Amino acid sequence: MRTVDPTATETRTPRAPSETVSRLSLVPKGPVLVLAVIVVAGALVSPYFATWSNVLTMLTSASVIGIISVGMTFVIISGGIDLSVGALVALTAVMATTAPVQEGGWVAMIAVALAFGLGAGLVNGLVITHGRIVPFIATLAMLVSARGLAEFISGGTPQTSLDETFNALGSAKLVGIPLPVWVFAAVVAVGWLLLNRTTFGRHTLALGGNLEAARLAGIRIRRHLVILYMLSGLTAAIASVLLTARLTSGSNAVGNLYELDAIAAVIIGGTRLAGGRGTIAGSVFGVLIFTVITNIFVLKNLETDVQNIAKGAIIVAAVLLQRRRAADT
Amino acid sequence: MGPSSDPPDPDKPPLLAVRGLVKHFTGARALDGVDFEVAAGEVHCLLGQNGAGKSTLIKVLAGAHEPDAGALLLDGRPVRVPSPHAALELGIVTIYQELDVVPGLRVYENVFLGHEHARAGWTRRRRMRAATADALRRLGHEEIRPDTELAHLSPASRQVVSLARALSRDARLIIMDEPSAALAGHEVDNLFRVIDDLRSAGLAVVYITHRLAEVRQIGDRVTVLKDGRTVASGLEARTTPDDELVRLMTGRKVGDAFPPRGVIPDDAPEVLRVEGLTRAGEFTDVSFSVRAGEIVGLAGLVGSGRSEILGAVYGATRPDAGEVTLDGRPLGLGDPAVAVRSGLGLAPEERKSQALLLDEAVYRNLSLASLRRYVSAGLIDRDREMADARAAIGSLDVRPAEPLREIRQLSGGNQQKVVVGRWLIRGCRVLLLDEPTRGVDVGARAELYALIRRLAGTGVGILLVSSEIPEVLGLADRVLVVRQGRVIADRAAESADEEQILSLLMKGSAL
Ligand SMILES: Nc1ncnc2c1ncn2[C@@H]1O[C@H](COP(=O)(O)OP(=O)(O)OP(=O)(O)O)[C@@H](O)[C@H]1O
Ligand SMILES: [Mg+2]
Repeated sequence: MRTVDPTATETRTPRAPSETVSRLSLVPKGPVLVLAVIVVAGALVSPYFATWSNVLTMLTSASVIGIISVGMTFVIISGGIDLSVGALVALTAVMATTAPVQEGGWVAMIAVALAFGLGAGLVNGLVITHGRIVPFIATLAMLVSARGLAEFISGGTPQTSLDETFNALGSAKLVGIPLPVWVFAAVVAVGWLLLNRTTFGRHTLALGGNLEAARLAGIRIRRHLVILYMLSGLTAAIASVLLTARLTSGSNAVGNLYELDAIAAVIIGGTRLAGGRGTIAGSVFGVLIFTVITNIFVLKNLETDVQNIAKGAIIVAAVLLQRRRAADT
Repeated sequence: MGPSSDPPDPDKPPLLAVRGLVKHFTGARALDGVDFEVAAGEVHCLLGQNGAGKSTLIKVLAGAHEPDAGALLLDGRPVRVPSPHAALELGIVTIYQELDVVPGLRVYENVFLGHEHARAGWTRRRRMRAATADALRRLGHEEIRPDTELAHLSPASRQVVSLARALSRDARLIIMDEPSAALAGHEVDNLFRVIDDLRSAGLAVVYITHRLAEVRQIGDRVTVLKDGRTVASGLEARTTPDDELVRLMTGRKVGDAFPPRGVIPDDAPEVLRVEGLTRAGEFTDVSFSVRAGEIVGLAGLVGSGRSEILGAVYGATRPDAGEVTLDGRPLGLGDPAVAVRSGLGLAPEERKSQALLLDEAVYRNLSLASLRRYVSAGLIDRDREMADARAAIGSLDVRPAEPLREIRQLSGGNQQKVVVGRWLIRGCRVLLLDEPTRGVDVGARAELYALIRRLAGTGVGILLVSSEIPEVLGLADRVLVVRQGRVIADRAAESADEEQILSLLMKGSAL
């Protein structure tokens, strides 16, 4: 039943001024700008930087954190946080490479990884919604337990993946581009559609923007939150499959601090930590910024400690840049 | 309680004068040359349609916005008000339209936020509590305890706390942006008593309202804004006729406020039935029904339990006992998602905290409860969503009529229209309206009334809560009087009169 006043004619509906439109646009300007500057710097300091093979290397190494940060973007937009993703990469890697699972071949390995990712996300979601424990604590607990479980199952030693087809996922190329990059692109595309064109995305924004308003508008808050954490678990598992295939082994030590990289990328990408506002494209740029910097440092043979110092500085710089823009409007 | 009799001394400069004030926002010209004067010892009313620029003007005075051009003169001397702190230093105290109290703090902490009584760095809580209790008593709200955490108070009580906070300041000029919007009749009287005291003490008060009756009751002079400009200033508050004020505000004549009542057929089915609804500490054994096409009003004081009843029917809170039946089927309680799917809708009392996604565009706020309707092949069809949003914007006269504008940038009254519009788009069997016209101007109000009546005409049952008794009597078919959590009377609105209802809801018996 439509009850908008039928007598009302569509008069006086001028287009919004362009500023308004651009506020809602798809790619935030800040991260694009930062990336552009870094890319130019990269091209200046190393002749190898701008080669096609280096670009592919960068995109491939961006894909793991990139995929995780798509799920993380949803969680953060909803006003939550997921600290368990790094540990879930380890857990799903170990689960997929246990001997009995490997016997089932690559299909079983992928299925088990995804199932554990989704399952852990389900647990996160239920603890948060039904246990009424804040996401920070709930997923911190999951971080600890998932890593513990991964170590318990694997006995603390890496499990070599023997399945050729599975391992090929990490290195095979499709029309000249590595498979992980394709998967990354696909996850980003699906994530973008989900956030911008579906009720699920709108409801996610509503939850983070004003939880009480979302509840009173009839959105099923708890169900939605559970699905969100499952989504985050799922993206961690997808990333884990690609990583495990590339390393040809699953270990309880992988994925260490990935949660911080993903959260940093999301925040640098312009998503508000308090929720209610954010974009997938921004997060992708956030990840690329980190990847490109790391790449430049590697090309220049700089140590990881220097890299980390620079990373920290960039997080602060990017967030300051955002705040400046927010104050302008 | 009459306005002060002495006319302002012509030789003395006014306490505050505003000259040629201009303030632009991206894509909007909020103030476009405003002139305005307030003298000490007067209550100066500021009138204007939704979006006329009233709130923007007082935000400039309060140091919340920096003007683009224009001058402020205090006692005839030019001053700058670069920050809210500077405004307070100058003795300009503001009560904003949107509540700005901190939910996590206690009542007295809110009242003294930013100017705590302290000695050698230690806060003097006992003194602050006593002063808070005193301010609340002056406002007629002894029942609000200084130690209560604000999150536990209703929106209306929070409004009272923000009034108490303004009173606790050392002020020369107190600005109130629609302070009465959340208050019921006798509470407005308390507020007016306080304002009267302030005036007698030589303070100046700027009072913003959409209720002309209040202008008569408390005002000395009136300034009217339209589209960011002063169209009349210094009008005599008691004698300028309503017609004249409305014409100045809107540029046209506004007809009868209330649309004629429809005839509800005798066999109109009951769409909503509430039986024995009880929630400890809020309301007890509430029973009533609403028929298709009927508008039922709940009249009561703030705190009498009206909004709480609405909330429990809707499932926003879980009642301890009782049943709700919708279209003859029992409704699962305690879950708004269930209520909405069964055909209920609620436009809640406090738009900012309970209804709006402030960071989102207008159209997204309008469609929030109806998104599933636009889905085809899993994706939202933006064209259809936008078309519905445009239609709602048109029928509610939301200004500016731009679906893509961030709702935060709309004036209070226009935001309120969007809150109601969300449920017009969704379409309901029963619509619960909690203060639907809060902050809506005279002209738009008449249109909203007509819209609600037309909605009822299509067979929707409507349950209305309003602090304005004339609104309940004018719009509703039936009035339920709520007092201390119980429904104590059920009258046909047509035959009820204001005095009678007032005495029922205050004393519990008719005159
Ligand atoms: N931050 C902002 N950005 C853009 N436009 C704004 C902003 N704040 C206010 N406006 C616009 O300025 C105009 C004046 O708004 P203002 O809030 O002063 O109206 P008002 O007279 O207080 O109305 P109401 O009676 O509805 O409260 C409106 O058109 C509004 O949309
Ligand atoms: Mg206003």
